[in-house]
Amino acid sequence: MSELPVFSKVPPGTQPEYLHPPYRSSVKRAPTKPLILLPGTLSERTGPVFGHAAVTAGDSDLTAQHKGSPAGERIVVSGRVLDEDGRPVRGALVEVWQANAAGRYRHKLDQHNAPLDPNFDGCGRMITDAEGRYKFTSVRPGAYPWGNHHNAWRPAHIHFSLFGAGLLSRLVTQMYFPGDPLLEFDPIYNCVSDESAKRQLISSFDWEHTSPGFALGYRFDIVLRGREATPMEK
Amino acid sequence: MRDVARNSAPLVPTASQTVGPFFSIGLCPHNPSNLVPSSGPGRAGVVTVRGRVLDGEGQGVPDAILEIWRADGSGKYAGAEGGCDANGVPSGFARIPTNEIGEFEFATLKPGPITGNNGEIHAPHLGVLIFMRGLLRHLVTRIYFPQEPASEKDPVLNAVPAERRRTLIATQTGANKNELQWNVLLQGEGETVFFEA
Repeated sequence: MSELPVFSKVPPGTQPEYLHPPYRSSVKRAPTKPLILLPGTLSERTGPVFGHAAVTAGDSDLTAQHKGSPAGERIVVSGRVLDEDGRPVRGALVEVWQANAAGRYRHKLDQHNAPLDPNFDGCGRMITDAEGRYKFTSVRPGAYPWGNHHNAWRPAHIHFSLFGAGLLSRLVTQMYFPGDPLLEFDPIYNCVSDESAKRQLISSFDWEHTSPGFALGYRFDIVLRGREATPMEK
Repeated sequence: MRDVARNSAPLVPTASQTVGPFFSIGLCPHNPSNLVPSSGPGRAGVVTVRGRVLDGEGQGVPDAILEIWRADGSGKYAGAEGGCDANGVPSGFARIPTNEIGEFEFATLKPGPITGNNGEIHAPHLGVLIFMRGLLRHLVTRIYFPQEPASEKDPVLNAVPAERRRTLIATQTGANKNELQWNVLLQGEGETVFFEA
């Protein structure tokens, strides 16, 4: 069996608290009693590792899942998945989902009065390569209104779900776009108190992956919890 | 090279954000589940767990999703090399969304006791992650089994105040010992124990 990863506590303020009253839905769902510190047992230091059969090549191109092309500004999002030592997380399942260019999700509970796009489902998945890299093609999601407070709008974002070396590496997050004026008003983005950790959620414009005549590039690197164990002396 | 990396400041893990209300688009197109062996002797130890996820007002949460991670019948977790099904879903993993009134149900092989790195014995349990709109990061909890002598010495259960331990132990619902119930109370009286690590 390969060595299990080591987990240490995350720096204070770099992860959200459960209760964040400006985000209204947290009020009746955040736990109220103190969390119990879990000793690092095998159950958390191991974790599910998906096989390559979990993805197909078409899963990484959200613009090519229907006969026609979806409306909107085409984008290529890429980046690396790293552990806390900056080592690549290889073979990690990355799942993404998003609204279409008009800010509408293909979901029965999305009541936003914006058009669905018959050529866009908004769902993709990939497995990172030997360097921890992932890449997918999509359209830039639109901003959309939500009921959290008066005139509330979510900044454009793409949801990400990742599995790493252990169960404690599990991460669900959201990627934002640089220069979005809605970010400063968004209670979900602003739930992270550490400024630098918060900015880590914003992708950067990426000339390298901007494809001439086709799509704009954005780069989003992701750091998962965990470090490789120090090798034992023989 | 390794030591240089080790001594430099570690990177800060990316912050969690809520899974939101529309996660089924990305997380449930196939409802990945690989908790019950398709054949073989392992099927004898299959249990069904049913329950509800309830918010601070006692309302069922219709948009939650549970992820289960369990060891096999001999207490071993599937490693990086082993045990994916034809859809690439690793053995011991499943995703279970709640229904419109917050109910969930899944069948799983009951895991065996797990021997930790220091030789300590952990009672059979299921690892559970819970995601939903309103949770800015997911919850971490466990399901233990009723009438399980090993639970009395389990180091994690023993780290939990005695009066709250029962929130982690499923109950038998009828005459059949393979039919279990386990509810998630997010807040208040009987609030489920959640862990940090």
